[in-house]
Amino acid sequence: MDLKLDHHSEDNLTIVDVEGEIDVYTAPRLRELLIDLVNKGNFHLLVNMEKVDFLDSTGLGVLVGGLKRVRAHDGSLELVCTQERILKIFRITGLTKVFGIYASVEEAKEAHGRDK
Amino acid sequence: MATVELTFTALPAHVRTARLVATAIARRTGVAEAILDEVRLAVGEACSRAVEAHRLHCPGEPVRIELRDDAGRFEVTVTDSAPSEDVAPRAPETNGGLIPEMDNLGIAVIAGLADDVEVLPGPKGMRIRMSWPASPDGVAAL
Repeated sequence: MDLKLDHHSEDNLTIVDVEGEIDVYTAPRLRELLIDLVNKGNFHLLVNMEKVDFLDSTGLGVLVGGLKRVRAHDGSLELVCTQERILKIFRITGLTKVFGIYASVEEAKEAHGRDK
Repeated sequence: MATVELTFTALPAHVRTARLVATAIARRTGVAEAILDEVRLAVGEACSRAVEAHRLHCPGEPVRIELRDDAGRFEVTVTDSAPSEDVAPRAPETNGGLIPEMDNLGIAVIAGLADDVEVLPGPKGMRIRMSWPASPDGVAAL
């Protein structure tokens, strides 16, 4: 399955919906989108990974790169993910301590609202 | 011992094909369904690393993958032809730059997924061998 990307803004938060496989072939498209959003002043990003079927270390690198970019603007990049097979790679690499990972978009939005 | 060998041009688009082939053969070999995601991810990581190494050093050379059903183990060996001293896998960043802190993340992921891993770097290429338990009879016997 290819990668499908979509995004929309709610209040001060930009939600990026990702569907499909994030690997060495498709990750550059996600990277370009994150860079474009940051360049356009979107510094609080929520990446919804509930429809991601596959994520490898290239995809992790893109997410870490996005996090570095938004943090340079005092922003945030958080994730929505409940799939065990995706969460496993975050745990193996220790990145569960780096990203805020939420069970739903609503939960993430509530947390974001509290932090504002 | 049954062996399937696959060689592919070092293009990112082919890594998915390698993952799918490895997963299909792992299933047929009798690897438990619960482990198939780990096989898919580990093989993808090894092939991505090899593709990146070839793109830097020898883009015309194919990457080689061997899949073996060996006495109750499913064994995968990914071999590249790039000198491995300076080809640590890196995640791509903007404008073709790289994220240095992500070096070797792919191999770290493989080590966290495969039950048995051997990484053999060398001047003529790197070989990553990994294996998982499989049913001695495979699913073909069901």
